[in-house]
Amino acid sequence: MTPLLEAEDLNVWFELPGGSELHAVRGISFELEPGERFGLVGESGCGKTTAMLTIMGLLPPNASVAGEVRLNGENILARGEESVSPHRWNDIAMVFQGAMNAFNPVQTVGAQIEEPMHLHGIAEGKMARRHVEELLERVGISKDRAARYPHEFSGGMRQRAAIAMALACEPKILLADEPTTALDVMVQAQILELLASLANDFDLALMLVTHDLPIVAQVCDRAAVMYAGEIAEAGTIDALYHTPRHPYTRLLFAAIPDLHAGGERVASIPGAPPRLDRPIVGCPFQPRCDKAFEPCPTVTPRLKRVGEAHDAACHLNDLVREATA
Amino acid sequence: MSTNGSGPLLEVEGLVARYPIGRGLVGALRREPTLSVRAVDGISFSLNRGEMLALVGESGCGKTSTAQSVLRLIETDGGSIRFDGQEITGLSASALRPLRRRMQIVYQDPYESLDPRFRVGATIEEPLEVHGIGSRSERQAEVRQALEVAGLTPPDLYIDRYPHELSGGQRQRVAIAASLVLHPELLVADEPVSMLDVSVRAGILSILDGLRDNGLAVLMITHDLSTAAHYADRIAVMYLGRIVEEGPTHEVIENPQHPYTRALLSVVPKRDPRDRSVPQILRGETPNSIHIPSGCRFHPRCPIAIAECKTVDPELRRPAASTDPAHRAACIRV
Repeated sequence: MTPLLEAEDLNVWFELPGGSELHAVRGISFELEPGERFGLVGESGCGKTTAMLTIMGLLPPNASVAGEVRLNGENILARGEESVSPHRWNDIAMVFQGAMNAFNPVQTVGAQIEEPMHLHGIAEGKMARRHVEELLERVGISKDRAARYPHEFSGGMRQRAAIAMALACEPKILLADEPTTALDVMVQAQILELLASLANDFDLALMLVTHDLPIVAQVCDRAAVMYAGEIAEAGTIDALYHTPRHPYTRLLFAAIPDLHAGGERVASIPGAPPRLDRPIVGCPFQPRCDKAFEPCPTVTPRLKRVGEAHDAACHLNDLVREATA
Repeated sequence: MSTNGSGPLLEVEGLVARYPIGRGLVGALRREPTLSVRAVDGISFSLNRGEMLALVGESGCGKTSTAQSVLRLIETDGGSIRFDGQEITGLSASALRPLRRRMQIVYQDPYESLDPRFRVGATIEEPLEVHGIGSRSERQAEVRQALEVAGLTPPDLYIDRYPHELSGGQRQRVAIAASLVLHPELLVADEPVSMLDVSVRAGILSILDGLRDNGLAVLMITHDLSTAAHYADRIAVMYLGRIVEEGPTHEVIENPQHPYTRALLSVVPKRDPRDRSVPQILRGETPNSIHIPSGCRFHPRCPIAIAECKTVDPELRRPAASTDPAHRAACIRV
């Protein structure tokens, strides 16, 4: 069966002033099924936001793209803007990082949620206004607040309104980029609960992009861990936590303090990610890896199947395979 | 340096900090009363040398205002702050100066707290110059030592760099070095890692952790309960300008008593995907601190509130189910 959304060997380069090129996304592939909650995890600069903007066809002009993004089997990158724009907001919507701070301060929140409906010819006039009220109620905002301005909303309410706006054209896929990063933990819990219930009720496929592993652990079914523009490991969130097959995944979990893990050692990962404006030789994580061995500095590890629906790009897994073969 | 080495380094009692809010021209003409935000509304705590106390709570709970009051960066409206036995609330700027070098702060955002035109060495040396400490070569030695304590080794690799040449984690280490170069006795760390990448946070926190062994008192302001749970000796949970629960870290995390603390702990995402306990999500958001609810200020959102909670402002006292004599909660139901 064709997946709902499928990215295959996606690459993104940014042309920098001075002629050099930054290879931000380096051949990543993933699939998304209807109603699935998928996490894309990584630290700043790993390419996760760029990958999302590629799917939305919203990269800046200095970007060039290779690879395919297939929606129900159709490559929406095939003819650039022409092939992406019919699907943007209608099939695939995105809540941008900091969306809650991106409302126009001099327009009511209701009018701003209504705008995409006009642009996409979904609804007009009274019907559009009623649709706005339904959307607001669905995300937990009283409908009479549609006539209010953004400054009259708290941060959590603005984020709910941003989600309502993304849902205006009834998409099948929602990309949420760090949707709770600036919010307090209680409001974060409210927003995550909302996203999960929307995914459930509308069979909405949710792609949660975040640096925060515990959020993904609590919300998502599957996740991919990105490092230096590549997917280091992908699998069920349970497998990533309990049986990680890439040292980066293991070390990333071990770098986060847990509420109840008292005396357990929490350690940062020494070093920094490689620069993406020059070629990377060998494994990109090798200089920071505590398990690097002979092939790592020179041979680039490919993403390989290591278990059921579990992939990792690490030479260690070849050793395990040889040992058990 | 110390005049009273035996008592707590910092003792705060009944601290109040208010901010007036504009009522506008129309309001002034109508003679509406001037309103104020009670950011900190009567809190008490103490901090010993070699101890880390975490003030935790959501935005607007007053944790940052508390820290700023302690450092006399904002004026207070009541209560007492004693540093090493000396009352500092009424002190003039000049009387305060000798105390300033003994209390330092590390801010949240190392991208804003460092002057982009200053090299690392100059940034760290500046506090020494301001306080007129040492000769040029003595200051250089202090700078190198501070860099080493902050984990930027060898110092020569960093001393002539500019902030833009450093990563976020390295910048925060520079900020820590600059706050340590005066050998303070109290360090306030205001969300010291929340702007940093997950993989480098633990390194920064372990520096603060290690400094306690040399007698430094650390007041950590954080919204991250997991960080507080892992590093602090004691935790004080704030809600709307008050401490609602405080005690040794293990007691507050494993045996929380106040319904707000319980709810807050329940919504912290756990690392283990198999540990998906149902979070106890409080509805609505924290009310603003202009119109503080009567009685217990948490009662409108409290899952166990009774009629009495609307009228009785609860005192911090030892809860019946606590297992530690230093455990306090402000709730009449526990």
